[in-house]
Amino acid sequence: MRRPNPAGRLDFMASFGSAIEPRVNGEPYAVAVPVHKTLLEVLREDIGLTGTKHGCELGECGTCTVLIDGQPVLSCLALPAALEGRDVTTVEGLESADGLHPLQQAFVELGAAQCGYCTPGFVLAARALLEGNPRPSRAEIETALGGNLCRCTGYLKIYEAVELAAARMRGEPAEPTREMLYGAG
Amino acid sequence: MAPVEDQLRVVGTSLPKVDAVAKVTGRTKFADDLFLPRMLHCRMLRSTTPHAEIVSINTQRAEEHPGVVGVLVGRDLPNPYGILPVSQDEHALCLDKVRFIGDPVAAVAAIDEETAFEACELIDVEYAPLDSVADIEDALGGDDPAIHLYGDAHNVHKAIALEFGDVEAALIEADLVHEDLFFYEGNTHLPMEQHAALADYRPDDRLTLWSSSQTPHYVHRALATVLEMPASRIRVIATPNGGGFGGKSDPFNHEIVVAELSRRTGRPVKICLNREEVFYCHRGRHPTLMWIKTGFKQDGSITGMHFRSFLDGGAYGSYGVASTYYTGALQTVTYPVPAYKFEGLRVFTNKPPCGPKRGHGTPQPRFALEVHIDKVAEKLGLDPARMRLDHLVEPDSVTANYLKIGSMGLGACIEKVVAESGWNDRFGKLPEGKGLGLACGSYISGAGLPIYWNNMPHSGVQLKLDRGGGVTVFCGSTEIGQGSDSVLAYVVAEVLGIDPFEIDIVTADTSLTPVDLGSYSSRVTLMTGNAALQAAERARELLVRSVAEKWDVPGVRVAMAEGQVFDVQDPECTMTFTEAVVLAESKFGTIGTVGSYTPPRSPGRYRGAGVGPSPAYSYAAAVAQVAVDVDTGETHVDDVWIAHDIGRAINPVVAIGQVEGSVYMGLGEALMEEMTYRGNRNVVHHHPSMLEYKSPTTHEMCRVHTYLIEDPDPNGPFGAKEVGQGPLLPIPPAIVNGVYDAVGARVDEVPVTPQKVLAALKRKAKQEEPREGPKKALTFDWPDAIQVPPPWAGGDGRALEEGREIGGGGVRA
Repeated sequence: MRRPNPAGRLDFMASFGSAIEPRVNGEPYAVAVPVHKTLLEVLREDIGLTGTKHGCELGECGTCTVLIDGQPVLSCLALPAALEGRDVTTVEGLESADGLHPLQQAFVELGAAQCGYCTPGFVLAARALLEGNPRPSRAEIETALGGNLCRCTGYLKIYEAVELAAARMRGEPAEPTREMLYGAG
Repeated sequence: MAPVEDQLRVVGTSLPKVDAVAKVTGRTKFADDLFLPRMLHCRMLRSTTPHAEIVSINTQRAEEHPGVVGVLVGRDLPNPYGILPVSQDEHALCLDKVRFIGDPVAAVAAIDEETAFEACELIDVEYAPLDSVADIEDALGGDDPAIHLYGDAHNVHKAIALEFGDVEAALIEADLVHEDLFFYEGNTHLPMEQHAALADYRPDDRLTLWSSSQTPHYVHRALATVLEMPASRIRVIATPNGGGFGGKSDPFNHEIVVAELSRRTGRPVKICLNREEVFYCHRGRHPTLMWIKTGFKQDGSITGMHFRSFLDGGAYGSYGVASTYYTGALQTVTYPVPAYKFEGLRVFTNKPPCGPKRGHGTPQPRFALEVHIDKVAEKLGLDPARMRLDHLVEPDSVTANYLKIGSMGLGACIEKVVAESGWNDRFGKLPEGKGLGLACGSYISGAGLPIYWNNMPHSGVQLKLDRGGGVTVFCGSTEIGQGSDSVLAYVVAEVLGIDPFEIDIVTADTSLTPVDLGSYSSRVTLMTGNAALQAAERARELLVRSVAEKWDVPGVRVAMAEGQVFDVQDPECTMTFTEAVVLAESKFGTIGTVGSYTPPRSPGRYRGAGVGPSPAYSYAAAVAQVAVDVDTGETHVDDVWIAHDIGRAINPVVAIGQVEGSVYMGLGEALMEEMTYRGNRNVVHHHPSMLEYKSPTTHEMCRVHTYLIEDPDPNGPFGAKEVGQGPLLPIPPAIVNGVYDAVGARVDEVPVTPQKVLAALKRKAKQEEPREGPKKALTFDWPDAIQVPPPWAGGDGRALEEGREIGGGGVRA
């Protein structure tokens, strides 16, 4: 925690505040924020994109994952000042005028989002995986999502959703299996 | 009339949840996603000492800090509150004493969070430390100062003794009497969403609170009490919870604090707890020491059981009295227990308060019972699956402690997992280091009695139909990820023959929606489902009468499906659902109906009979396949086969998600999750962070093979029973039994850490009892047990005491 700095506080913001112009979901933004403000805070509080959630704000849970130039990054540990000229993608940037991203669609069909709080982070981490590896094995999915915690699903429906989306993104006419939707046996 | 089974079009189909698109796109607004103009941010100053008198609090420096708008201390909110009427022992901010590290003593509202943080550091608190109470044994020692001035004994919050039949005589009749001692470590919910609340008080004396709460109705009541405002001027809106698992079921101090700060500053005030504070909020699983002594016949049937539980309650009451009763309530609903004695107590300690976590008070005794039975099966030379299958509680029966069982699908569950796991060919026959364990469980589908005594419905639904064909469902239920909003839509859609995705759902808003008691005790599908069913059937009746009149046919000929209304005898004769609503509105005026649900009265009439009754019990059986590394002591679960008797799955894919999530959470509790403490007398939280509080990641999660057993229960909507909590129950004992099958080590304590496995293996190598677990039973001067003759001994549900009814008041779940 910062030490009390009552008198100097406003000066501090004025002199060290930084005007940054991040590109988020392909759109330019201009915000003036104190340099120590995290990307998570800037996205949620200054830009208004509250789709990015937080679970610990210490880099432990993966909930605040966003993509920077396509790579998953914990936004609670990232400083926006260091991101000039780079592309930030949040969950709000996944859908298009055509509708949901295939990952989002698969999460919907398989109930892979329960409370939905960790979902944006998972969907983005999965998208980064599929960008580089269109046909991941189950073990590769587990590894790619190993930094994201979910307390609702036990991860299994998430794996199935990533696999379903991957198949569709490869152009295969994939549908959920009966076992996915109705159980084994 | 509800649609008959072969005509179901929505119920039983794996549809998306109605809120799924909002969740995957980031549109869902959780409490911390809300921002209001002029909003202030709140931080709370928390006790740094576990037990102390507050000598003084000086807030002057904080009040003078630039950017601070309001400061509160305990005397600003002097009225006590608490979730149970019998445990009104909390204050929004500590009045004169702190009881655990993390107990809040002051609060600040400031222009931003950082300023509020800074101001908290400028508050000077002088404490006069008291000796602290670290654990159950410590509390029962009686040497420490009292944490509270109420309870059944010094630092004993509650002590219970109940006996149903003559247990001593029953044990004499047994061929084998077996005794065990178990410990179940405390653990916490760890919802991904940190608790958050936003209060907005208006100068016309109206207050709105948005909060990540599972129980807005109880928050509403607590706010009225503490703020001394009429409930009619307070509106509580539960935002969708980013995970609850029971951890957001109490009215919380931070909710009351932001409400009062908003009232004092005239500005909206928000708080979002940081992760460390979420650990202090806790209300999670009680650490529980359990002693069990059971008599068995050679065939594995039980003659009688004596069960004792000792719960470490932490610093406040919370749901603890109910939790304590629950550690003794459901032992009787799986295998017949002709005579049963339960003694349970809960102590106060200087640690974060425990409360209800998924399974509320029942995973601990279920773990004890199922491992106990596994040991006895071996002693009797019986297969543990066969032994259970041969002795199952009958459907439509009443247990020794007067729980009314309806449908009972445990036999089918056991048979399913035995067949699918290859149990008969593989149990006891896997190579060293690999093992199979089996266990069962059962859970309530909602509590039979409300938390506070009243004769009103537990759940209410209002339905509005408009002339555009729109349908809106209003219900107080709270969406915590389990799919409660979706259940409302599916049930109404089924009855009205429309698309569930065309229905608007308005929930968890005390001003807009009729009361539902909340998302706890696995009550929501059964209770709101029944209320929605009644409201929808009443709406359907209005539509049918209007259409029948127009077509001049009897009402029974009018059917509704897929957005159409038609004459079953003349398929050419149809109209749209919207046209039917227009007809009905023309005939009857505005179309609105209501439905409500109150559980049936339970047969128990003794004091304590309020905990355990339910409209329906779910059952589950699981087989776990584990791999134990004898060198490191590490246990990994490879596969779980689990069958859950759900009555009927309203939405199978959502139900499977609940089963898989329960397996996951049970696996975490079995292998790694623990709320432990360190430091001076063991009261400083060991690791209040997500990194150090170990929970299963993708790498620890096992494969799960889920089987839904459907045998509709007459009390459930379309036959549905619960699925949110019950599937957790068999998991810890199945894993622990599997560890024994794998390496011959008995770990009578969860979590099964590598150290414990190695300790047991070390003893095994030395030819000692290959066991690790609690060694010492605790003694307590138990009260005389309330004697309640079981039904088969001519009992009528009342206690014997002078033949009069002594129940009725007291505690409920």
